[in-house]
Amino acid sequence: MPANGPADTAPVITVSSLVKQFGRFAALRGVSAEFSGGKLYAVLGDNGAGKTTLLRTLAGLNQPTSGQVTILGASKFHDICRQVGYMAHPSLLYDEMSGMENLAYFARLYGIADGSRCAEVIRSVGLDPDLARPVGQYSQGMRQRMSLARALLNDPKILLLDEPFSNVDIHSATDMVRLLARTRDQGKTIFVVTHQAQLLAGAADEFIWMQAGQIVGRTHDLKPPEGTN
Amino acid sequence: MPAPTAITRATLLKDLRLEWRSKDAINSMLFFSLLVVVVFSFSFDPSAEESRQIAGGLIWVAFLFAAVVALNQTWARELRNQVLDAYRVSPAPANSLFLAKALGNFIFVSVLEALMTPLFIAFYRLRAIGPAWQLLIVAMLGTWALVVNGTFFAAMSLRTRSREIMLPLLLFPISVPAILAMVQATTAILTGETGARFWIVLLVTYDLVFTTSCLLLFETVLNAE
Amino acid sequence: MKKAFPILGILTAILLSYALYMALVVAPTEQTMGDVQRIFYYHVPSAWTAFILFTINFVASILYLAMRKPAADIVALVSAEVGVVFCTIVLVTGPIWARPVWGIWWTWDMRLTSTLVLWLIYVSYLMLRRFSASGQTPLLAAALAVLGALCVPFVYFSIWFLRTQHPQPVMGGGGSIDPRMLHVLLINWLAFSCFAFLVCWSRYRLGKLQREVEQAQALESLTQAPRSMR
Repeated sequence: MPANGPADTAPVITVSSLVKQFGRFAALRGVSAEFSGGKLYAVLGDNGAGKTTLLRTLAGLNQPTSGQVTILGASKFHDICRQVGYMAHPSLLYDEMSGMENLAYFARLYGIADGSRCAEVIRSVGLDPDLARPVGQYSQGMRQRMSLARALLNDPKILLLDEPFSNVDIHSATDMVRLLARTRDQGKTIFVVTHQAQLLAGAADEFIWMQAGQIVGRTHDLKPPEGTN
Repeated sequence: MPAPTAITRATLLKDLRLEWRSKDAINSMLFFSLLVVVVFSFSFDPSAEESRQIAGGLIWVAFLFAAVVALNQTWARELRNQVLDAYRVSPAPANSLFLAKALGNFIFVSVLEALMTPLFIAFYRLRAIGPAWQLLIVAMLGTWALVVNGTFFAAMSLRTRSREIMLPLLLFPISVPAILAMVQATTAILTGETGARFWIVLLVTYDLVFTTSCLLLFETVLNAE
Repeated sequence: MKKAFPILGILTAILLSYALYMALVVAPTEQTMGDVQRIFYYHVPSAWTAFILFTINFVASILYLAMRKPAADIVALVSAEVGVVFCTIVLVTGPIWARPVWGIWWTWDMRLTSTLVLWLIYVSYLMLRRFSASGQTPLLAAALAVLGALCVPFVYFSIWFLRTQHPQPVMGGGGSIDPRMLHVLLINWLAFSCFAFLVCWSRYRLGKLQREVEQAQALESLTQAPRSMR
């Protein structure tokens, strides 16, 4: 069952021989791994290594061609979707609405009736909930923060983040890393797919190296495992 | 589980708010159907008595083309920034989304009809000889028939190449009976020659059958990848 | 199974030639229309065959939605493709017959119109299959096939009412058919059905092979390092 303390090492996510094909192209070529709770994982690899596909498959957005994903003991994503927060490369926000309006809408989807939750989560990412500007006029850094706020909205146990730091200035990015580390310390499991591994050098518990649709190594520091390029 | 109706309402209000801010759909629809009316008027004498015979067809063809513009907009809104994925990872049921979208389109197309009908009446000097109140029923049933299938096929064409072209290709053949019923009922009422009863019953059945089957199939289409 | 195919092929060829002989030589010449009427032995069996194939498409699509078996999807695809071909034959032979008999190529008669709409529905089905990305085609196509099939009764009913409401000169049909003609018609229908089945079968095998090739290529991409691609 779900891991609540950082010390708990039972796997919260188990992936076994996961294969995902898009037509003739295999994006994931047999990924098997276990991930324990309360950790911050950095998923690294070149373009086309399958990082985003792995994340989307964990988030139930891609159906695996074969193989299995088990999250918090459930094999159907729908059963545990409340426990998962997903942040994609695009913002997943409506450009024409303000941050607060966006979150208020998504809160309804999760059946969150408490109106203060949206303001709380916006504040937690360092933004002002009363900002009336539509999200379309935000800077990239603000948009990514708001996008993270959306992922955090339902207070998930597992956070799946795809390139949260892309095009974000270094100040905002370090801020976000600090927030992620804090969130991890509350017992959440966090996956960050990123090209900017050095940002997570101090914060990540483990680095997952992907290459050509497979996990080729797991390390505790930023040194690539043997036999990779 | 959040109540499905609450999600439908929230999504509908969100869509109306987005449309109110951008006015993309309604502006392009209005202008488009205005163009259709004007272009049609060049191909025959709109004030002639015979125009009453074809006005029913004309009105609905104009609305049909305009509706396609709106239908393509609905899902385009969800594709920008891939917001649809945010819906898909949430516990909200797929059918709530479908109903909200269909209702939203129904409202957009109804607004269009309400704005365009006076223009039609003025341009083509129409007046109904049959019972005019039936026109309202026909309009509502016919509009729902168009938007319920249209919303479904627009979602389906999201998953295809050149999706904006795909929508009419899928929608028009299946809408033939509904269009026929709308046109015939409208003409029957305008000319007062025959009753529109059969066509109204046909539209009701069509609406029921297709609303049910769209609701049954929508989740499959939404999650197809 | 593989041996049955050529045997069935030969049988179908014999049956088709026999049916041709029956239609062109044995069947009596129609009194008013003359020899032109003989196209009727192609027109009507094609229509029946097309309807059967579209029914198969409907059933296979429902099966696919329920069980997600690739074989059901191939059957749905094949029956729609061959069905459209036969439906096209109907739409082409109709006017060829209508021109000398009615003096016009086309009339918006009930049967013509509804067959045309039917043809449109299934062409749009094939278009969807062509335009959607390979992974999702079966599901989307199955959903469309179900809606399309549900639409057919509405098409017939509405056009029937439209055309009975505005009566047109009575054309063709009516009266009883000569038993010898009926006999020839049924033989032709049998031959056409066998032919359709044969085409479907070989198309099904092709579809399966395609599927296997795709799978093999996918498998290959699983074992070899792929090109850099998202």
